[in-house]
Amino acid sequence: MRILVAGETKEVKEGLTVAELLINEQVETPEYVTVTVNDDFIDPANFEKTELKENDSIEFLYFMGGGRYVVY
Amino acid sequence: MSFTNEQLERYSRHIILKEIGAKGQKKLLNARVLVIGAGGLGAPAAMYLAAAGVGTIGIADADEVDLSNLQRQIIHATKDLGKPKVQSAKETMNELNPDVTVNTYHTFVTSENIREIIRDYDFIIDGTDNFPAKFLINDACVMEKKPFSHAGIIRFKGQLMTYVPGEGPCYRCVFRDPPPKDAVPTCKQAGVVGAMGGVIGSLQAMEAIKFIVGKGQLLTGYLLTYDALTMEFRKIKLPHNTENCPVCGTHPTITQLIDYEQAECDGAL
Ligand SMILES: [Zn+2]
Repeated sequence: MRILVAGETKEVKEGLTVAELLINEQVETPEYVTVTVNDDFIDPANFEKTELKENDSIEFLYFMGGGRYVVY
Repeated sequence: MSFTNEQLERYSRHIILKEIGAKGQKKLLNARVLVIGAGGLGAPAAMYLAAAGVGTIGIADADEVDLSNLQRQIIHATKDLGKPKVQSAKETMNELNPDVTVNTYHTFVTSENIREIIRDYDFIIDGTDNFPAKFLINDACVMEKKPFSHAGIIRFKGQLMTYVPGEGPCYRCVFRDPPPKDAVPTCKQAGVVGAMGGVIGSLQAMEAIKFIVGKGQLLTGYLLTYDALTMEFRKIKLPHNTENCPVCGTHPTITQLIDYEQAECDGAL
């Protein structure tokens, strides 16, 4: 199935979970990344059980400091 | 209040814009903006606000000017080394525009002082470089019902969003808690391209100006991200469901400000 990850179309397996997508996308320290699916926040506690559907649009929002400190 | 001839000339490029005009310029001259952090983001933001004729600008920072700051903090110059950043920033803003009254706060913002400081201002710019300050500014602005611009920069990336009370998510809606102090690895020295502060800090000044003159669309409900290496700007829509937010939601659990501890970075600049 096709999904949109950060605005880019990706072909992924049916039933891919948010947790699996974070691994596929090599997101570093996913515990500090905010994930939205179709403009809704996904609770990190639900990353493993949230299955993505065809045409879902996923965004990763990263913590960003001021050039002095970085988290990830 | 009428303009002097000098003001008519100084602000002619604003006054000629139909979205600003004489009316908008007067709003700017009567406006009060607080810039927290006189660093990579705060420097360009404060300079553009001063040049634009924002009548009262507050600047808060506890640090002194260090040589490693000058690669990006363009409000300070080599002659200012060792000076409090707020002093150096005030001098630069006054040189740029004597119309502007600059209030300096030579201090860290804390749960003790921040609400009182922001209360005097119409719009706040978060130009800080650490998560405890970012959460503190967010929570204080939510509690005092003040609009503010959040921004962060790192390496070749930057992002910003604007909070206006009742008009969209706050910073904590998006990022629940700062990373714990002892998280491994919480931090390493990161670096940032100096011009990144110029790009993102100028966008923060732009949000303040639009808010004051009341024109255009603010980045409320959106996170704008910028990647300098790929030269991509993305305006990411943020969820509207803010009811569950611990500070701006319908049943807030955070009703007192929190002073989080800053993770210590080895050899931080
Ligand atoms: Zn919120």
